[in-house]
Amino acid sequence: MLYVVIAFLYIALLFYLLFGGADFGAGIIELFTSDAKKEKSRLLTYRAIGPIWEANHMWLIISIVILFVGFPAIYSSLSIYLHIPLSLMLLGIIARGTAFIFRHYDPVKGKLQKVYNLIYVYSSFVTPFFLGNIAGTVISGRINPAAKSFPEAYLFPWLGYFPIAVGLFTICICGFLAAVYLIGEADDYVDRILFRNKAIWLNILTVLTGGLIFLSAYVEEMELLNELLSNNVSLTALVLASISLPILWYAIRNFHYKMARVLAGFQVSMILFALFYRLFPAFVIMNGAVLTLEETAAPLSTLNALGIALLAGSIFILPALYYLIYSFQKKRFDQDTDIVNMVGGEERRK
Amino acid sequence: MDDFIAARSQMALSLGFHIIFACIGMIMPFFMAISHYLYLKKRNDHYRKLTVAWSKGVAIFFVTGAVSGTMLSFELGLLWPEFMLHAGPIFGMPFSLEGTAFFLEAIAIGFFLYGWGKFHPWFHWYTGVMVGVTGLASGILVVAANGWMNAPTGFDYVDGEFLNIDPMAAMFNDAWFTQALHMTLAAFVATGFAVAGIHAFLLMRGKNKPLHRSALKIALSLGAVAAILQPISGDISAKDVAQRQPAKLAAMEAHYHTESNAPLIIGGIPDEKNKIVNYAIKIPGGLSFLAHGDFNAEVIGLDQFPEDEQPPVLITHLAFQIMVGCGMILMLTGILWLFGQWRKKPFVEAKWFLTLLAFLTPLGFIAVEAGWVVTEVGRQPWIIYGIMKTREGLTPMPGIVYSFWLYTFIYLSLCGIVSLLLIRQIQDLDKKETPLPTYPR
Ligand code: HDD
Ligand code: HEM
Ligand code: HEM
Repeated sequence: MLYVVIAFLYIALLFYLLFGGADFGAGIIELFTSDAKKEKSRLLTYRAIGPIWEANHMWLIISIVILFVGFPAIYSSLSIYLHIPLSLMLLGIIARGTAFIFRHYDPVKGKLQKVYNLIYVYSSFVTPFFLGNIAGTVISGRINPAAKSFPEAYLFPWLGYFPIAVGLFTICICGFLAAVYLIGEADDYVDRILFRNKAIWLNILTVLTGGLIFLSAYVEEMELLNELLSNNVSLTALVLASISLPILWYAIRNFHYKMARVLAGFQVSMILFALFYRLFPAFVIMNGAVLTLEETAAPLSTLNALGIALLAGSIFILPALYYLIYSFQKKRFDQDTDIVNMVGGEERRK
Repeated sequence: MDDFIAARSQMALSLGFHIIFACIGMIMPFFMAISHYLYLKKRNDHYRKLTVAWSKGVAIFFVTGAVSGTMLSFELGLLWPEFMLHAGPIFGMPFSLEGTAFFLEAIAIGFFLYGWGKFHPWFHWYTGVMVGVTGLASGILVVAANGWMNAPTGFDYVDGEFLNIDPMAAMFNDAWFTQALHMTLAAFVATGFAVAGIHAFLLMRGKNKPLHRSALKIALSLGAVAAILQPISGDISAKDVAQRQPAKLAAMEAHYHTESNAPLIIGGIPDEKNKIVNYAIKIPGGLSFLAHGDFNAEVIGLDQFPEDEQPPVLITHLAFQIMVGCGMILMLTGILWLFGQWRKKPFVEAKWFLTLLAFLTPLGFIAVEAGWVVTEVGRQPWIIYGIMKTREGLTPMPGIVYSFWLYTFIYLSLCGIVSLLLIRQIQDLDKKETPLPTYPR
């Protein structure tokens, strides 16, 4: 059952990066949208992610619950040493989630709209950054349980080149995922080109910040590059991700948006897979100590109960989630956009 | 303020904030579903308008509830990592099941809010009902976790270690049933009276009368029934607390000295230093009867517990009085309303009655907050009753005071914005006739 629980943890983390990430990405690319286009692209984002907005964020909750029930030592030491970046990530989640809904449900389209939009856009950067930053810290060995002073214990671990580089990389990934997703959601050609160009730019940025990760790992004398490349399975995953890049470019250029979505998801999954595979069973690498999933696991009775709860839960969740995504993809809102507008109180704008 | 007090205050603030949204998230969908049902049956336009208006409110409350809940699942670790290290694997079962309930709720709300005109009307209606059912399920489940902190079971505690963990036994702890029953009713009372109060106010303003009249009827009828059941369930809770946490009962009742034929103390201000209660009404034998069903039974007082294991009396007692006071007022109003409905008395639309309802708007929520203060402060100094002290659970990270102020700022701003939005939505309702989403015929 331990491995069932671990599989759920990895999958929940991956899905949060993919779906939650695309969600944050929508806010990120809004910053790079010209003012003239903003209004339209806001409506589009709302339509495209509104119905599944909540579900996308559930993956984070599931990951957290798995951590504190199944691997309490990991949950509690991360909560202690990464208190500050975790709080900042939370701030981003709160600000963004509420701003996203408030701006649509405020029937008065006045000055506050500007505030909502500002909060929405900037907080969309905060969460992915700290998500990446935390992930970077967790695998970097920078957490120091023997630290004596406040900065050493609570600031230096996450304020390093490497964690910051991972944070930037995560921002780019999220923006990229969103752009690729939105190409297929746009309802006219002009918009499609807009999102396509963004996807291309963000892909280039992703590759660049990816390079930055390796550079910073080199500067900080981490063995990351060697370790990933010396493991055959991880190496294969990374090679597959790289080989699929040109195909992805082709797909994006020619508006094969379904293929582009699948490939973008595939690449992100491969990168994460390479990392998890290389680290397994380690999960947190600290200075002088390693927390592995196997050693920190809760007693078997707990894992059994958790595993059964997760399996039983999936039987209910997955079909319902699939049907939700399927029906809102199929019933594209083109014919009756005005209905959505009205529910959102949008009619005041006209 | 030291870090320990700051952490406790931050936890109290976050939970106190979350519970408001949780209550509304659990109950509003049912009100909505009733109004939706009436629309689908009668095709009467004001029901449709009401359903849409309510669903906008639900959307606003839902996200606020969801983000504050997300914060909570982190805060448990950020503030109490030592507690979670031990408690996580034991009381995790309800949380893992709750994960499923949340997920289904998130899916159902996606269908409901965005599904107007896109699905078969009854499927759409059904997804609305599911939002309520899954919300209620998650509320009931999370109370099991809290019940475990009050009545820890499902493990053996040997030399400071938690052995032989049985998550199912931990979930079905002694406190769960009474707490979950009382909490579920409380959510109906609080939401029912709050919604009724708002619509009573709007009804007095005279616009959109049929809509507000229906809204009032739906919300208050459910709220009134729950308000009548609430003291009964509260009595069951009190008897249960008398068994399982005598120190909490003693603090609730400001009962300092162990005695038989113990008096029930109503109101009054406990003087913690001299261990007496000033300005109180005392009913001889009342407490013995309420706690054990016998006027002569002995009720354990705080003197039976070491000084450092006594909960704060002043706060717990006042909070308990506030809860019961609110409960009595709401129960009487509920009886009045049901009587008026039954006998078709005109007073249910008289100005005085509507004014009364408008004034009662916040009362249910005040009772909910007070009730949680009784439960949580009354458990002090324990975080896991009898096993682990709250202070032992605290994070070693210094500077929680700053985090407390930051969270206070966040919650205050969210309160401000949500209130503003709600007022604007309500004003919008009374303005010109807006076109509404509909179903294709
Ligand atoms: C609308 C809200 C409301 C109302 C009117 C009442 N309560 Fe209550 N009470 C709650 C809302 C609440 C609560 C917020 O839901 C609590 C906190 C924890 C819990 O399980 O329920 C609670 C807790 C709570 C407890 C502590 C349970 C525990 O620690 O396990 C007792 C003994 C009572 N209540 C008793 C009463 C009595 C005798 C009432 C008589 C009128 C009453 N309550 C009205
Ligand atoms: C939503 C309704 C709830 C409210 C309003 C509430 C209220 C409070 C309050 C007032 C405190 C501070 C007590 C003090 O320090 O004197 C507190 C503490 C705490 N509560 Fe609750 N509570 C609620 C539900 C829960 C649930 C369901 C859990 C279980 C998971 C929980 C876990 C805790 C913990 C871990 C603490 C900190 C430790 C302590 O002070 O004992 N609470 N809560
Ligand atoms: C007695 C106390 C509590 C009750 C009755 C309660 C109930 C609920 C309900 C009904 C919701 C759905 C939100 C909505 O519809 O607005 C919700 C959301 C949530 N709650 Fe609580 N809750 C309580 C305490 C807690 C605690 C202690 C935690 C954390 C450990 C927590 C974590 C969450 C999370 C993560 C969500 C978001 C789920 C989502 O995204 O839909 N809750 N809660």
